[in-house]
Amino acid sequence: MSEAQPQRLALDEEIREEISFGSILSPIGTPAEIAEQPAFFRDLNLDQIVAAVSRRKPDYALEPYFNAPLESSDEIEYRQEVFRDLERDEIRAAAGQFAERLWRVRAYLGSSQKQQYKLERERWILDAALQYCQGVAGIREALDEHPPGSRGLRGLRDFAARLLDSTEFEKLRTDAEQVADALGRIRYAVRIRGRRVSVGEPGDEADYTQEVERIFDRFRQGGEPDHLAVPADTGSMDSVEAQIAQLVARRYRQEFALLESFCSSHRSLVDPTLARFEREIQFYLAWREHMAELSACGLPFCHPVVATEPKVTHAEGAYDLALAAKLKADDDNVVLNGFSLSGKERVLVVTGPNQGGKTTFARMFGQLHHLGRLGVPVPASEARLFLADRLFTHFERQEDVGALHGKLDDELIRVKEILEDATAQSIVIVNEVFASTTLADAVLLGGEVLERLIEDDCLAVCVTFVDELASLGEETVSMVAEVETDDPSKRTFRIVRRQADGRAYAFAVAAKYGLSYERIRDYLRR
Amino acid sequence: MKVRLLHADRDVDLVSDLPGNAEALEQDLGIDVVLDAMARGDAFLRERAERELLLGLDDPDAIGYRQDVLSDFLTSPKLAHQLYDLAIQGVETRREARLIWLPNESPDSQISKSLRMLVLLVDVLRRLRAIADAEPEHVESVGLTRLFATLRSELEDAYLREVERHLQELEFKQGLLLTAELGSGNRGTNYVLRRLRRGILDRLTPDLPSGSSFVVSKRDEYGMRALGELQARGLAVVANALAQSTDHVLSFFTVLRAELAFYVGCLNLEDELRARGAPVCIAEAHRAATRSLVAEDLYDAALALHLERPIVGSDLDANEKRLLVVTGPNEGGKSTFLRGIGLAQLMLQAGMFVPARSCRASVVSGVFTHFKREEDATMASGKLDEELQRMAEIVHSIRPAGLLLCNESFASTNEAEGSEIAQQVVSALVEEGVCVVYVTHMYDLAASLRRQELATALFLRAERRSDGTRTFRIVRGDPEPTSYGTDSFRRIFGTSPRGIVRAVE
Repeated sequence: MSEAQPQRLALDEEIREEISFGSILSPIGTPAEIAEQPAFFRDLNLDQIVAAVSRRKPDYALEPYFNAPLESSDEIEYRQEVFRDLERDEIRAAAGQFAERLWRVRAYLGSSQKQQYKLERERWILDAALQYCQGVAGIREALDEHPPGSRGLRGLRDFAARLLDSTEFEKLRTDAEQVADALGRIRYAVRIRGRRVSVGEPGDEADYTQEVERIFDRFRQGGEPDHLAVPADTGSMDSVEAQIAQLVARRYRQEFALLESFCSSHRSLVDPTLARFEREIQFYLAWREHMAELSACGLPFCHPVVATEPKVTHAEGAYDLALAAKLKADDDNVVLNGFSLSGKERVLVVTGPNQGGKTTFARMFGQLHHLGRLGVPVPASEARLFLADRLFTHFERQEDVGALHGKLDDELIRVKEILEDATAQSIVIVNEVFASTTLADAVLLGGEVLERLIEDDCLAVCVTFVDELASLGEETVSMVAEVETDDPSKRTFRIVRRQADGRAYAFAVAAKYGLSYERIRDYLRR
Repeated sequence: MKVRLLHADRDVDLVSDLPGNAEALEQDLGIDVVLDAMARGDAFLRERAERELLLGLDDPDAIGYRQDVLSDFLTSPKLAHQLYDLAIQGVETRREARLIWLPNESPDSQISKSLRMLVLLVDVLRRLRAIADAEPEHVESVGLTRLFATLRSELEDAYLREVERHLQELEFKQGLLLTAELGSGNRGTNYVLRRLRRGILDRLTPDLPSGSSFVVSKRDEYGMRALGELQARGLAVVANALAQSTDHVLSFFTVLRAELAFYVGCLNLEDELRARGAPVCIAEAHRAATRSLVAEDLYDAALALHLERPIVGSDLDANEKRLLVVTGPNEGGKSTFLRGIGLAQLMLQAGMFVPARSCRASVVSGVFTHFKREEDATMASGKLDEELQRMAEIVHSIRPAGLLLCNESFASTNEAEGSEIAQQVVSALVEEGVCVVYVTHMYDLAASLRRQELATALFLRAERRSDGTRTFRIVRGDPEPTSYGTDSFRRIFGTSPRGIVRAVE
């Protein structure tokens, strides 16, 4: 068989050794992937975030990257550098285009294996080779013109440059271009009369479509419904097309001979490192896309410093990314909050009215710390985040309500597990725990848990309705969900650092039909 | 080719939903009677009249454009009817040729259906152009002048003959000639349909080297389908051009018919009103910002069509006024006056004549009605709720420069409460630029609005002669307390109630 079966080709070993580039996601070769979602994803709505981001590139199964936080500041910075490069339009476009070309190469080679007719299969291999050559040349040229600052993209550029300079690649490129050029020049005429199809050389007959369109132009003003009924392309050559192609090939023997010899002499195309790049870069592109939609609504993102020393954590202008993605759809305002734990401070105790944004705040805190470890830009205007070894969450589950006794037991069991596993390097988030007990119990148990967290020396957020927990000692920082000063029924969703005040928040009853003087004027001014 | 008889820059709107307040307007203003007169039993005329009346214009220039076309037709009703008949014939060709586009219709079939239709349509177009050629007299409006000019220039004989020549050639009796290039997978791409001329045809077929053609077997089902697809690729664009041309010419007639139907309806209505001796006029439409409203002999067109005797109109001078409060005796013509204002405003903004001897009025951003609804009395306790609910819906829809007509609003509760609610609503609306005409028998409300001495308020009363007879005219006049309450008080207490005395002072 003279037909090409594409297979992956490794570069000459000699060349490979000189190039250290292995992955755009990791400075130490293959990036970690974890199939299973971490336990805290659901509590923090990180499952929604990761699903929304991964959905943008459904073919690449990106979730395992988002499930796997990085271990060191160096790995985190490696990705942050790439993200910074991708903020530049030229570099982002180039990386996206390269990935897309690599995808096409795969798709074309796939097509070539599926098809029935030899003339069709050969052409797909040629087109795949052209895409590949253009892709490698394109990424090198773009990155030469706009030199990247990141280790990752500099590595990619050098890798592409080496490949391009190899004689083998050069031959692939010139061969492919020569054949494509020859085939591209072919024009032919087809005449259909009844069931007879003839193929010949085209003459100088006028384009009749244009003429008909010109004549009937006065009768068409645009805006009429489109009747254009071009048959759906099956993506494969049919028997009539195949017979026509054969007649064309007989007329243009030389050109088709070139194609055949190209396919038999270039049996393999894509370097495995570049093949992996196609998927890995999607991690960045998907996150950037997701960010861009929120940035367009005026929401900030930043590259946090993520480190273990000293034990501080701090953010300004931060928000719950899952909630923001929902609100954006409704064109609502997202409220930005901040937090800071430094010195001896270890625990944020959040109190305030129901529906005041406390849970959102807790989620935001957790999201930031996980996202920071992924090396992605985080939803905040400014952040320095603690690089925790593990993240623990315990959120009240609505569906558990019912068996009160069982529920308290379950909660205590879960809290005990967390306290046993948490280290001085961990982050713990407890949300409305013990809410179903009596106030006295909640004070007692909540205080107990807080004391133990402080003993463990981990960083924590504790959302509670028990004001007493907010002033346990110098390790606790009290944060309160604020309301409007002149209308306590209106939540501001701002969580501010101040003493819990135990104020009662009655709902003001809205005028039933909104027909007061002020409301009517507001309506007419909107 | 564009009709443009209703709007200078766009076609008749046949698709927008009627505004949310349409149902209330029809119910409260007696629009049915007017529409019946415009339709004279023709459902299509009625629908067209209804849409234009309820989807009015808000730009005085756009209103003027329509008024001019209407004036031409009022001068020569025959022209309107001639054009309307041809428009109907154009639309009817579709039924004659039984044209229905099927989903995913093949280009072949699109072409043959289009050819059948276009042959018929070209004939009606020729006759339409003949009317334009005759240059009807008295045509002064921009709309009609432009339409006739378009017909003359776009449909000249030479062009129509060329169209007919192509309609024959497009039957493709000699087969198709396509050129192509090699695309992905070495499949043909960039197919271009070429014009087959006899010479080329003779040259191409016999001269092709042997082995340069093949025949698809009749029994080869896949082959036949593939051949069909290839033809479809070659013909798709041409077929689309023809199908769209057919659609366009049909839609030209559809639009022509729909736009003319409105004017035909206006002519019918004018006929009916004239027969009852009721005057109509082409009103001057002013910008919303000026807030003018002056009319002579303004009357309720719906009532006029009902009455056997001549109707009584009122003179009104409400320039610069945003709040009109109408009080006075029952059965004195207050509601009629209110409906008359509403209907006149709708007719003005539809570009129709107005039921008055003369009229100048600003356009409004929408007409809303809040009328007491007798039939809603079913839920005794829910009556005020229902009224509030309707008012809330209005408040959500009305914009500054809107017109709100209130007929005994909030009378379903006690006067103190009702007038308190009404005051809040009315003050807020008027301050935000809404015009309110409020018919009420609530003295408390009318008097307290009067006490505010607003420059933009005008107080009107249903006229009653000193002998107690009613003239059904609405004239200027401050609210007067009804004497019943005071009378009763006096009768029982033997002294005047102080509160009411203070209020009157």
